[in-house]
Amino acid sequence: MIENFDLTMVNWARAQFALTAMYHWIFVPLTLGLTWIIAFYHTIYVKTGNEEWKYLTKFWMKLFGINFAIGVATGIILEFEFGTNWSNYSWMVGDIFGAPLAIEGIIAFFLEATFFAVMFFGWNRVSKRFHLFSTWMVAVGSNMSAVWILVANAWMQHPVGQAFNPDTARFEMQNFFEVAFSPVAVSKFTHTTSSSMLLASLFIISVSSWFLLKNRHIQMARRSIIVASIFGLLSSAFCGFTGDEAAFEVAKHQPMKLAAIEGLYDGETNAGLVAMGMMNPAKQVGDDLDAFTFEIRLPALLSLLANRELGTFVPGINDLVYGNEQENIMGVTQKIEKGKIAVGQLAAYKNAKNDGAEDAAIAALTLFNEHKEYLGYGFLDTPEKAVPPVSTSFYSFHIMVALGTLFPLVFLAFLFFTWKDTLMEKRWLLGPGVFMFFLGLVAQEAGWVVAEVGRQPWAIQGLLPVTVARSNLTVGTVQTTFFMFLALFTILLIAEIKIMTKQISIGPEGN
Amino acid sequence: MIGNLDYSTLQHLWWLLCSVVGSLFLFLTFVQGGQSLLWQVAKTDLEKSLVLNSLGRKWELTFTTLVLFGGALFASFPKFYATSFGGAYWVWILILFTFIIQAVSYEFRKKPNNLLGAKTYELFLFINGTVGILLIGAAVGTFYTGSNFQLSSYNFVTWTNPLRGLEAAFSLFNLSLGLFLVLNARTLGSMYLVNNIEFATVPELETRLRKATMTNFICSLPFLLYVLVSLLLMQGFGFNDQGTVSMVSRKYLANLMANPWLIGLLLAGLVLVIMAVLKTAQTDGTSGIWFGGLGTVLVGLTVLLLPAFNNTPFYPSKFDLQSSLTIYNASSSPYTLKVMTYVALFIPFVLAYIVYVWRAMDSRKINIDDVSDRGAY
Repeated sequence: MIENFDLTMVNWARAQFALTAMYHWIFVPLTLGLTWIIAFYHTIYVKTGNEEWKYLTKFWMKLFGINFAIGVATGIILEFEFGTNWSNYSWMVGDIFGAPLAIEGIIAFFLEATFFAVMFFGWNRVSKRFHLFSTWMVAVGSNMSAVWILVANAWMQHPVGQAFNPDTARFEMQNFFEVAFSPVAVSKFTHTTSSSMLLASLFIISVSSWFLLKNRHIQMARRSIIVASIFGLLSSAFCGFTGDEAAFEVAKHQPMKLAAIEGLYDGETNAGLVAMGMMNPAKQVGDDLDAFTFEIRLPALLSLLANRELGTFVPGINDLVYGNEQENIMGVTQKIEKGKIAVGQLAAYKNAKNDGAEDAAIAALTLFNEHKEYLGYGFLDTPEKAVPPVSTSFYSFHIMVALGTLFPLVFLAFLFFTWKDTLMEKRWLLGPGVFMFFLGLVAQEAGWVVAEVGRQPWAIQGLLPVTVARSNLTVGTVQTTFFMFLALFTILLIAEIKIMTKQISIGPEGN
Repeated sequence: MIGNLDYSTLQHLWWLLCSVVGSLFLFLTFVQGGQSLLWQVAKTDLEKSLVLNSLGRKWELTFTTLVLFGGALFASFPKFYATSFGGAYWVWILILFTFIIQAVSYEFRKKPNNLLGAKTYELFLFINGTVGILLIGAAVGTFYTGSNFQLSSYNFVTWTNPLRGLEAAFSLFNLSLGLFLVLNARTLGSMYLVNNIEFATVPELETRLRKATMTNFICSLPFLLYVLVSLLLMQGFGFNDQGTVSMVSRKYLANLMANPWLIGLLLAGLVLVIMAVLKTAQTDGTSGIWFGGLGTVLVGLTVLLLPAFNNTPFYPSKFDLQSSLTIYNASSSPYTLKVMTYVALFIPFVLAYIVYVWRAMDSRKINIDDVSDRGAY
């Protein structure tokens, strides 16, 4: 179908996407979460008229603004990168994938862009109520944009509501509501927004801890910590709940990803969940080596997580690659055979149509339709290619979960000692508290690595591998833009950190 | 009602909607125009701050409109998105680059400890206002002059010029269109600033801005005239009922004749821009931006509709005529276009709240208090 597969170019394009997405994601979750907390502070100010809350609101708003600007800067490239580096993807699924991006623009981005200016500059220009309304609209707008981009991402993980059109040789939308309300999209959105709220709470904990360590703005820091700890605890709980939901969806729709993030090579009934482990670097798909050099397992819990039922079977990587007749699992080997038939018959169909050979066209189409659900597998050359990088997936997932378990304990501790009024003495807590935001970022990025590396080699799960999704570019071109973005984003990040820390050290007005 | 629209109507409707968004973007490039004027019209720190705080409350609207223009094209004409972005790679990457550096500049410029210094961020804004708009103009010019690509039977794009899109900037027509857009943005920028700033403490700034309106307009005229005359005379791309593309002499003149309302749009747009310039440069009126803005939207609509309707491929390939993209062969499926048409019903509401907020925020002009606030840009 596409000549001269150039794996190196694909990998550079993937690296570029990873680079730009990961930079973008340093800023976005903070925007998504902080905006609600600012709206909350702003509401208290409008309700009480207490100027202290106004200073507090303005302080966090200023940090929000710095972060927002660089989030926008790193975001625009992502939208267009689908076209520049993944043009075949854009063509093959643009009929479905373009819609949420356009809707995001119409419904969400304009809300953000319009009310952002009011939120920042409306203090003496519009009525207090309209100003507060605007702050809430920024929160709604930014989280609405998360809805649509996550709908788009969820569709890549679990492509519903579409069908392949052999005449145009692309996937076309059949049902918008299936795409928009796909359970994967719902779990992605809820998990992402709750984790963003969690991250924003950690940010406030970090900055406030620093103030307390410096003996500055004690009253403001305490107020901030109380709100942030409560928000943080609630969002941690919700994040855990939605994370469980997300894992359940992965088990249903992306069993290979689930096997990879758990390092499960051979499927098991009553499979255990790895609480902690070191993967064996020599382990390959299909060999007899142990997957772990050391591990601690919680018995039977993986079956519960994946199937919500004890005693059930969870397929491992080997079952999925080579098949498991007993459990009625078709292996990738067999899927590739069917996929190759689909690819061949699609070409035959197109040729027959061009030659005007109606009967041959119908015959080819019939055969194609019988095998089309495996079309994507027709582009893989070996079954092992269907396996994502296992240890990257495994470690990212476990780092994310471990940090997600730590954070609520941190919030509890902060809340407890603030309530006891002894927080100022607990320097052993305030010191590490300053670094909590960075740990939060690690968990955020790890989460995306799980989601995106864990579904390799697929751009669209099961339908379109990344090797076919790419643009027709030379390696050198993509390398050049990779380093351009790396340099630019790194410079901007350093500038952002310097500005942000300076603004924090200047502190809020009024004191 | 939307459910009954036929495929061809939907395709025309969506090209029209994309063109409306694109034209609104051209109006909103008054932000970029203002950025490129900064060093010319603002001589003191106060003047600079007034200009940048005034533009800084609008830049996101322009930016978002560009993003929506991209998103709308992706959703409605994905083959164009794939062909142009993946093919004319460098021109789009450079355009994006200028918008990335713009996005941080307002927020970072005045903040202490900003690593690069205020001058660098001002330079970023200047680059965005000049190079960014010039390249967008050159890219739009290829709707008329064609590009160098070939599509395989599976629509995989091969670009046949090693400059990957940058070659567009070396055509006199494309370059003229680009320069016209840059100068028009500057004309609009100065009219917007005249409307938006309180000049009581900075009367020289007002004088310079009013003068800049006229000089930039006059400078833009030769390029505008070259583009318009070329449009009328040039050979264009057309396709017949079988979809076969060929070169047609005076194609765009023929399109104008076939759609006389386009002539009306174009002339009305030009008259409005001229009126706006005269009003701003010759009187002490401040409403020039509204006439100039509307005029730019109308001219923009003509420029974007002319190469797409009346059996004309809007993204022609001069390398392989039959690879050219038309609104028929590049569009999304009828289902997707219908869904998106329902979504487009939100657009009037979006426009309404933008207008409402604009009026509420700008009822008082930007003055010295606004730029001395700690939150100022």
